[in-house]
Amino acid sequence: MERSISNEELELLLNDVLEVHGYDFTDYSRASIHRRVNRLLMLDSFPSFAELRFRVRNDAAYLKRFVEEITVNVTEMFRDPDAYRAIKELVFPQLFSKPFIRVWHAGCSTGEEVYSMAILLHEAGLLHKSLIYATDINPEVLERARAGIFPLSQMKQYSENYIAAGGTEDFSSYYTARYDKVIFNENLRKRMVFATHNLVSDSSFNEFQLILCRNVMIYFDKNLQNNVLHLFDASLEKLGYLALGAKETIKFSGIIPKYKQLEKHKIWRKIK
Amino acid sequence: MEKDKVELVAIGGSAGSLEALLEILPALKPDFPVPLVLVLHRKSTTDTILTNLLQSRSSFRVREIEEKEPLRPGTLHIVPPDYHVLIEEDRTFSLDDSEKVNYSRPSIDVVFQSAAKVYQSGLVCVLLSGANADGTEGFRQVQELGGTTIAQSPESAEVGYMPGQAIAANTAGKIMNNKEIIAYLNAITR
Ligand SMILES: C[S@@+](CC[C@H](N)C(=O)[O-])C[C@H]1O[C@@H](n2cnc3c(N)ncnc32)[C@H](O)[C@@H]1O
Repeated sequence: MERSISNEELELLLNDVLEVHGYDFTDYSRASIHRRVNRLLMLDSFPSFAELRFRVRNDAAYLKRFVEEITVNVTEMFRDPDAYRAIKELVFPQLFSKPFIRVWHAGCSTGEEVYSMAILLHEAGLLHKSLIYATDINPEVLERARAGIFPLSQMKQYSENYIAAGGTEDFSSYYTARYDKVIFNENLRKRMVFATHNLVSDSSFNEFQLILCRNVMIYFDKNLQNNVLHLFDASLEKLGYLALGAKETIKFSGIIPKYKQLEKHKIWRKIK
Repeated sequence: MEKDKVELVAIGGSAGSLEALLEILPALKPDFPVPLVLVLHRKSTTDTILTNLLQSRSSFRVREIEEKEPLRPGTLHIVPPDYHVLIEEDRTFSLDDSEKVNYSRPSIDVVFQSAAKVYQSGLVCVLLSGANADGTEGFRQVQELGGTTIAQSPESAEVGYMPGQAIAANTAGKIMNNKEIIAYLNAITR
């Protein structure tokens, strides 16, 4: 990476973004956000830090791009199939008796995870009494999630993931292909609610039986991770479940005494 | 002497590097005085085979990295498949699943660059066998910040291309075969 800004410049920039626009990235993982800002500096060919700073302060349209590029939106359907299999085998059986099931995908990005969950709920006969809340800081990715349109070229990989996750149907029955895109079935989308929600500044808005927040808190520093885990704790009903990404842990947070991990899976049950 | 202040050893490898690791790691001192980080290009499965294999051949602790875990002396921290790994100022790991770099995630450049910022002259990086150009840019930054860069000599590597790239770009400070790498690393003291 050729051009880079100093720690002090990063500090200035993040303070501007907070003061001028109200987006708080100051407690994001420093190593990671520093890399993202340097990348943007190069992508948009800013001759110096001062130009980037001016643009971020004064150009609201550019701020939108800043948020979109600073956050990482990588996702896929049935990412870590074992995690989905564990949800299906260990979590769903505890939900059968519930009259109503509320699931929250926090940081859902373009929604691949949300459609995956809807498919599994459908196959377990639970979708009709479920509501899946899918939130993200970035309105642009939510638009795409809401549309439920994904590239056809990825369906082969997703279909393999689906089978590895324990899916029992023909994966292609869940979507209709058109040219190089597919659109997922309306009956899956009917059970989803999409909304912007910032994990840094917005509060708890409901009580859930299952919360998934995968590969989102890896971009936060330890304190912010701890705050967000408390937010999840306040949003989970007793005996509810929290699922994190493949390499994440609640080990370093204050909520750990109230939770029990499901075997080796990145799923914790709230026991107190 | 420069070796007196080594605080971290980072090793990067790609195609053909397992052979080198299976020679180097078992020969390192059991009470290795600083943390080691290993970044390998490998298939994106969440397998524990690599960790188990290397643990069975090493006398120190071998662990796959988890989010915000601290770096520990006498531990080989393995970068997990499909994530980049960055090191924070407080010497903990952060994972990152952003775009591939050099067609790779994890990328060796990303680990070396991030380690260089935190450890500066206290960093020793080793670039092993591979068929990819990853590691060369990382080496450049390590050198700029005063760290030590060692390329496995292309003749002794299974696949000489990757260390050869760093040598051609003039970012490899030292060129060594496996025996020399072992001797160099074992001379590191606290
Ligand atoms: C790497 S994606 C993870 C997508 C999906 N959960 C998965 O694991 O495949 C991270 C998402 O977190 C979102 N995000 C980042 N900061 C956030 C915040 N403060 N509040 C809510 N979402 C956030 C990003 O916009 C991005 O869509």
